[in-house]
Amino acid sequence: MDLQVVWFILVTVLFIGFFFLEGFDYGVGILLPFAAKTDDERRMFINSIGPVWDGNEVWMITAGGALFAAFPHVYATMFSMLYMALFLMLMGLIVRGVAFEFRGKHDTACWHNLWDWLIFIGSFLPAFLWGVAVTNLMKGFMINSDKIYMGTFWDLLSLYTIVGGITFVLVFAFHGLTFLSLKIDKKSPIMPRLRFGGTCLGGTAAIFYLFCVALTGIYTDVYKSSSCLGLLLLAAVVFVLAIIARRQDRCGAAFIGSALAVAFTTIGVFVGLFPRILISTMNPEWSLTITNASSSPYTLSIMTVAALIFVPLILIYQGWTYWIFRKRITTNDLKH
Amino acid sequence: MDVITLSRLQFAITTIYHFLFVPLSLGLSLLVAILSTIYLKNGNIVYKRLAKLFGKLFIISFAMGVVTGIVQEFHFGMNWSEYSRFMGDIFGAPLALEALSAFFLESVFLGVWIFGEDRLPKKVHCLSIWLVALGSNLSSFWILVANSFMQHPVGYVINNGRAEMTDFFALITNPYVFGQFAHVMTSGIVTAGILVVAVSAYKLLCGENVKIFKTGIRAGAIYAAIGLFAVMGSGHLHTQYIGSAQPMKLSAMEALWNDADPAPFTLYATINTQKEENENAIEIPYALSFMLHNSPNGEVKGIKTLQNDIQREYGYDDYVPHVTLLFWSFRIMLACGGLMLLMMLVTLYMSFTNRLSEYNTVWLRLLGLSIFLPFIANTVGWYIAEGGRQPWMVTGLQKVSDAVSQNITSTEVWISLIGFTVIYALLAAAALFVAVKIVRQDVTEGSGL
Repeated sequence: MDLQVVWFILVTVLFIGFFFLEGFDYGVGILLPFAAKTDDERRMFINSIGPVWDGNEVWMITAGGALFAAFPHVYATMFSMLYMALFLMLMGLIVRGVAFEFRGKHDTACWHNLWDWLIFIGSFLPAFLWGVAVTNLMKGFMINSDKIYMGTFWDLLSLYTIVGGITFVLVFAFHGLTFLSLKIDKKSPIMPRLRFGGTCLGGTAAIFYLFCVALTGIYTDVYKSSSCLGLLLLAAVVFVLAIIARRQDRCGAAFIGSALAVAFTTIGVFVGLFPRILISTMNPEWSLTITNASSSPYTLSIMTVAALIFVPLILIYQGWTYWIFRKRITTNDLKH
Repeated sequence: MDVITLSRLQFAITTIYHFLFVPLSLGLSLLVAILSTIYLKNGNIVYKRLAKLFGKLFIISFAMGVVTGIVQEFHFGMNWSEYSRFMGDIFGAPLALEALSAFFLESVFLGVWIFGEDRLPKKVHCLSIWLVALGSNLSSFWILVANSFMQHPVGYVINNGRAEMTDFFALITNPYVFGQFAHVMTSGIVTAGILVVAVSAYKLLCGENVKIFKTGIRAGAIYAAIGLFAVMGSGHLHTQYIGSAQPMKLSAMEALWNDADPAPFTLYATINTQKEENENAIEIPYALSFMLHNSPNGEVKGIKTLQNDIQREYGYDDYVPHVTLLFWSFRIMLACGGLMLLMMLVTLYMSFTNRLSEYNTVWLRLLGLSIFLPFIANTVGWYIAEGGRQPWMVTGLQKVSDAVSQNITSTEVWISLIGFTVIYALLAAAALFVAVKIVRQDVTEGSGL
């Protein structure tokens, strides 16, 4: 197979890993101030992702690095085009990243509250902005023949992309909820709250998801590929099944459902884009594709070898950490 | 101000800030791993306490390094997208390799180390901090591979209007990498060692846990002293290599305007960049020639000659970096290094002859203050590496002025510049607050990590 295609697939895989893993820890952060009432409950929320969130975030950094290495033109055009959006996202990621370490180091309600809200902002903002970014990717950008973006920051915001942002926030929040349902002690008073919240939140998320799928049909051309539409609808079905499973307290099934919904959505989006990565709305010829935006065959082959060595290793040791920390978190675990 | 100036300012501020934490994390991860291993071997509780305390400080430094590091990765695409276009074929590979081979390793196993103490066998727990140290130092290797290409390009061809990689092995065996990596890694050891000495000195001044922190001072001073010898050795060799790879950087560091054989080392001078000469110079004859050529004689080219040479090859432009800043940065770095070495040797002498106690208040205070020295040295050192490369983004291939993004506006960069500066200042305050709290805690009470 063509190395450019291989790397398109690998970038897709990295984004699946990123949205699947960071999806639920963004979700936990988004739910934190609302679903956890007491300080102990909030600490349980944070501890559920404490050992793993940093490794999860590396999937995003690696996806960025892979874009840079395999499709440097995409990296250059996309990151400069999304300048303000990425600036806001970075602000969110900065406060979120330190919040997990700083929160527990000083024992006053005010200090804890500050970092809890910063974790919320730092989770909400990137989730929302990724939604805006992904819908924009399908919609396309004003890119000229030199691969330079001609629009402004405000062109990135429209009804469609804002719905995309809200959808991502809601879906990730539900994904976080199904994750928490697996991680929190069954006897904790949080559990009934998650059960009730799962239905309301999941229902709202499903409605927004379907609305977004419909708008995608209006504002984009990605449904020219029927597998794209098929995957998005499949994701919607799995998502609804996850909501039902959560209602019936089949938490494992619910988590697998929301995870699959995230994965199918990601695959659907990339299938719809293929072989384009950045669509030009000014002229289809000017779109950045896997052929006109890629690295040299030599670099791609070096990177392929590296990916073949490291990705399986990473999956093994990262998977192993989830195994070590598989136990549900009880209030007793907070003693130290 | 225009987009280029603002982007440069933003990159300078965010890089310098990021680089306050990088060497500290590199050195501390290794030190905590060593302390944990000693405890595992001899069961002496003193080492456990030290590993815990400095482990907590490491976590703070690591978190700050990670969040500010993501900003740096994004910057290449956000502000320097023409650079990314031109260099992506080469620069992207080490960056992606850094993520694949190092970021996952350090991040995943840091989580295991922090949360896994009760759940894992002791040896596995100790192994996890070693993997964090390996990941951290490996990541610095990859990013320095990328940086070394910018300083001294190798293994490439210009094709399709961009630099394309032709030899990956040339890239990672670039002689420039070894000088840089050795120098950065060992400066990390120095930074961590001095931190341990300074914190231990403070605790001794407070009269707390004398036994633990006497050991702390000794361990820190040994670590820092080893680091200092290595940092000076690697720095010396690297400077010699810069003399051949980037003669302009070297002559600017020395404010050497005219060719000289033998060349003196200037200790002090008032540099007049307008007239291109130095006033009131205090010089050590032969010293620069000796430093570069290991012999009292040997030519060192002056800035004026080099400017003409480069201009002949690359066309009319100003190829002289900021001489005054480079000149003084280099001297400040050397002075900090010398002072630290002196202080560490004296401390070790006192420690091993049992002359060091909690009653040497003057010396302990000085050791406490020494915490600033490695950070100053790291900052000016990194400035020399990057400032000395100007006006090139990639030496001989792309100028900084050609590397900036074309579609961003100065308003956008103003907003991000102010945003990053403000949030970094607030973060510094929060990190300092937390670090001071950790240091002030009684190390023997509680078990908490």
